[in-house]
Amino acid sequence: MTDESDTAGENGYNFAYLDEQTKRMIRRAILKAVAVPGYQVPFGSREMPLPYGWGTGGIQVTAALIGPDDVLKVIDQGADDTTNAVSIRRFFERTAAIATTTRTVEATIIQTRHRIPETPLAPGQILVYQVPQPEPLRRLVASEVETRTMHALEEYGVMHVRLYEDIARHGRIATAYDYPVKVNGRYVMAPSPIPKFDNPKMDRNPALQLFGAGREKRIYAVPPHTSVKSLDFDDHPFEIERWNESCALCGATETFLDEVLTDDAGGRLFVCSDSDYCHERRVVEDD
Amino acid sequence: MYVAVKGGERAILNSHKLLDEERRGDPRVPTLGLNQIEQQLGRAVDRVMTEGALYDRHLAALAIKQAQGDLVEAIFLLRAYRTTLPRFGYGVAIDTAAMAIRRRISATFKDLPGGQVLGATFDYTHRLLDFSLAGEHDSPPAAAVGPAPLDAAMPRVVDLLNLEGLIEEERPDPAKDRVSDLTREPLGFPAPRDMRLQNLARGDEGFLLGLGYSTQRGYGRNHPFAGEIRVGEVAVAFVPEELGFAIEIGEVTLTECQMINQFKGSKSHPPQFTRGYGLAFGHSERKTMAMALVDRALRGQELGEDGEAPAQDAEFVLYHSDNVEASGFVQHLKLPHYVDFQSELVMVRAMRAAQGEAAADD
Repeated sequence: MTDESDTAGENGYNFAYLDEQTKRMIRRAILKAVAVPGYQVPFGSREMPLPYGWGTGGIQVTAALIGPDDVLKVIDQGADDTTNAVSIRRFFERTAAIATTTRTVEATIIQTRHRIPETPLAPGQILVYQVPQPEPLRRLVASEVETRTMHALEEYGVMHVRLYEDIARHGRIATAYDYPVKVNGRYVMAPSPIPKFDNPKMDRNPALQLFGAGREKRIYAVPPHTSVKSLDFDDHPFEIERWNESCALCGATETFLDEVLTDDAGGRLFVCSDSDYCHERRVVEDD
Repeated sequence: MYVAVKGGERAILNSHKLLDEERRGDPRVPTLGLNQIEQQLGRAVDRVMTEGALYDRHLAALAIKQAQGDLVEAIFLLRAYRTTLPRFGYGVAIDTAAMAIRRRISATFKDLPGGQVLGATFDYTHRLLDFSLAGEHDSPPAAAVGPAPLDAAMPRVVDLLNLEGLIEEERPDPAKDRVSDLTREPLGFPAPRDMRLQNLARGDEGFLLGLGYSTQRGYGRNHPFAGEIRVGEVAVAFVPEELGFAIEIGEVTLTECQMINQFKGSKSHPPQFTRGYGLAFGHSERKTMAMALVDRALRGQELGEDGEAPAQDAEFVLYHSDNVEASGFVQHLKLPHYVDFQSELVMVRAMRAAQGEAAADD
């Protein structure tokens, strides 16, 4: 029974690859996720023509939402030109023939792996995260049956114990990325492997933040203006990374910096991981 | 001066051209026809169809050719294609008792109605390289064939045992009005048996083989006998809504394995034999036997057995059996992780600095 609402593209696949039934199923999961911020909604994740672990959750969320008028930006590690970001952008150019951009301000949908753009997001924008492991408690408790129960009962003691053990052992919370957060005062959530540097940007962000885990078959969300608090203790407050260096290209001092090795004698320099932000700053300087 | 890693798009396109070139190999060697793969690499086609979860020998052969013989990659190609196909509905449950038998053996009875039918098998071949196959000439003499057709009645061994009540009966769960569909619904726990069997049928043969083997070596021992393995063709029927009765729409080649397992009984179950079940497309005996062992191991809880062996842990088995998922996630480590790694670098340096300060204070 073919669905009449399917709009077959030139290559025989539907607009944005997924059939309309599947998109509807994903949108229903997204609506539920938005209604219960931070709760992981199981969904019938499909095999995509890109491998699991390479952004299939984010791709399915994007495919379910994108329309012909959308402008898509895809970043990996903050940059538009990393190979997998290029590959995913090409996938949507091919299957949906939509406009793409590298400029954060122009995009209506931004699919990301491991970063939140430095440029503040605006109301109406959607940030789609690719998520490898949606369960923040997984490294503590291997069983899905148990972790779902723990979420239901809001039983997050093990997570606090783990953070406390870090402090006892290392003098600090030794988690640098995928740093657990509490959403809307209820669910503990994995922010995906973004550096903890980006965690504060999630809090009360005016954009809609959606998280897709394809292999693990979960979708979750942070609606606009929702509180997102990084877990910490009164005497060990949450802190973000800081660098003594500044960006070698644009001179930024407040951005997340990638370290680049320049020789085999310890030479290194630091550059913004957000390639669009860095580029925009240099264009403004040149003018 | 630092040059940003640009030009990813062109590099990717060129990489794909190179891949194509490597796939073709030396152009002086004739290109491989799909019919050659279908006919002469049939077991590879069977595995790709089974784990790719799509019965189409031609497409499986195409996937194998495109994947340069990398079967896990070919399975992925077939799955990614299958997921785009429209869903007409669900077929009528197949009847393997009515299979047109090519091979049927039982390790539990010396003889049985319908007899033992050895068919084509690697079993009992001496694994000596046959250098005569290295040449162009490959026309083996035809094998002598017994009377055809075989015995019309070829009852399943488990059904024969059932007459005496010695083996558990398997009936559809009356509480379920329809069969689960792993390809449409996410796996949930506790996973019902139909969901588990679907997962195992698509599961990686190597992974299931290792797990099945582990049950034989004592990790969740359940004392199996190969009650019956049968290979042959089975009709597939479908009930179109507008007709309201079943029509035959084709046939598939299947391998079915019924393991019979000793069971001493528990508080809830009398002593009787229990079953493990394996089913795969094509001729896939190793796969179905491994599947049947793991299926039985996963039934431990339902049968009141205690045990915490890996093969008995449903979450462990079912979450890690799919090679499309596993291959993707293991290989995603090739993607850039500069940002997470940078975060770790900053953290490790800060921790080392703090340790150095503490040492200096002492």
